Amino acid sequence: MPLNIRTYRDLTEADRSGLVDQIVAQRRRVADRLATVRRVLAVLSGKGGVGKSFVTAGLARALVRGGRATGVLDADFNGPTIPSLLDLPVARSTFHDDAIEPAMSPEGVRCFSMALLLEDGRPLAFRGPETEGHVWRETLEAAALREFLADVAWGTLDQLLVDLPPGVQRFQELTELLAVPPAVLAVTIPTAESRDAVRRALHGAVERKARLLGVVENMVGGPFTGSAADELAAEFGIPVLARIPWHPTPDVWDAIALSVRSTS
Amino acid sequence: MKFLCVECDRQMQFEERQLPGDGTLAAAFRCPACGRTVALLTNPMETQLVASLGVKIGGTTIEPQPMETVRGMVTTGRDDAFDDGKGETGTGKSPRPAWSPEAQERLARVPNFVRGMVKRIYLDYAKERGIAEITPAIMDTARTELGLEEM
Ligand SMILES: Nc1ncnc2c1ncn2[C@@H]1O[C@H](COP(=O)(O)OP(=O)(O)OP(=O)(O)O)[C@@H](O)[C@H]1O
Ligand SMILES: [Mg+2]
Repeated sequence: MPLNIRTYRDLTEADRSGLVDQIVAQRRRVADRLATVRRVLAVLSGKGGVGKSFVTAGLARALVRGGRATGVLDADFNGPTIPSLLDLPVARSTFHDDAIEPAMSPEGVRCFSMALLLEDGRPLAFRGPETEGHVWRETLEAAALREFLADVAWGTLDQLLVDLPPGVQRFQELTELLAVPPAVLAVTIPTAESRDAVRRALHGAVERKARLLGVVENMVGGPFTGSAADELAAEFGIPVLARIPWHPTPDVWDAIALSVRSTS
Repeated sequence: MKFLCVECDRQMQFEERQLPGDGTLAAAFRCPACGRTVALLTNPMETQLVASLGVKIGGTTIEPQPMETVRGMVTTGRDDAFDDGKGETGTGKSPRPAWSPEAQERLARVPNFVRGMVKRIYLDYAKERGIAEITPAIMDTARTELGLEEM
């Protein structure tokens, strides 16, 4: 005779072990911290090396020049490039109440990045058992993303830009941590190859009910040919917010900042 | 994860946790009706998975420190990444606990990247309980009570 065992959901007594409650509390900390952030904007491409970080940094600077409080969360933990793009001073992170002060670029962009924490030139590495590293490594990176969102004193921001690594994993983690899906800015270069990678990433974003603000075409007028931005814009019904030439001047960035602001 | 005492048909309650220090974890649960205790034992892989979620089997009584998981788990952090000040938080009125020489020695072995945070946690723990001197034994108790696998 099988034992008569009640199911998990039948057991409703409070238990301080409650892992689920702890996860809920984590989400609440993220939401509380971001209550003063008007919009979280994920800079996404799905393809590596197309200029996500370059665009994120240039856009953040221009937004601040235009008088908008702006933060950049560098979510590329294994290849963090934002601090050098923003000319962040190397300094110790200090504490402010229950949070860590973001670093401040010379123009006033607030930023946090794994590069601020790692020893020069060393890759991100975690403590843990030798085996099955890939299983817990992803979970740890998601925890790092959660702590970068919840434990940095972002303060009042008009936009918090999130510079994503190539691929779709981090975007999914970000979406799961936020109460509402982030707005998405897609970055592509003109080629068909880039278009296809960005298309896949954008389909993923749509599935997660993220709002697509538009597409930015980078490295225009150089060796890359194609019309990725126009094709993606037509397919997803979104605007081409900017075409960025090689070595853009500040006025190019100002125009991009204006068009991003106009999507609010 | 819950434990049911099948004979009594009662949900068992978390009792205590032990961290032997070899990457494994033991958590004991007791049946409120018959008093029987069972222990959940996790291997290093399972322990790591739970820790990487930033949660503690058996819960914890203190608020997490800022970037607790990153500071506790990253091994390639810069020595001077954080300016922890004197490591004092908490607003308790009780005087600041002292560190025994052995406890100081043990603290000195903690990597710089996380040391300030570890120090703050032990200080807060001692203050909250009115402990005047932090010794290695106190550190051990705090570690299991607070579920600080990584420290
Ligand atoms: N419009 C541009 N003009 C000049 N240099 C550019 C331009 N766009 C990008 N770059 C340079 O190209 C390189 C790749 O750009 P970036 O690092 O921003 O790409 P990414 O998409 O963030 O890459 P990853 O996928 O590795 O994160 C960088 O050295 C960047 O400075
Ligand atoms: Mg990048």
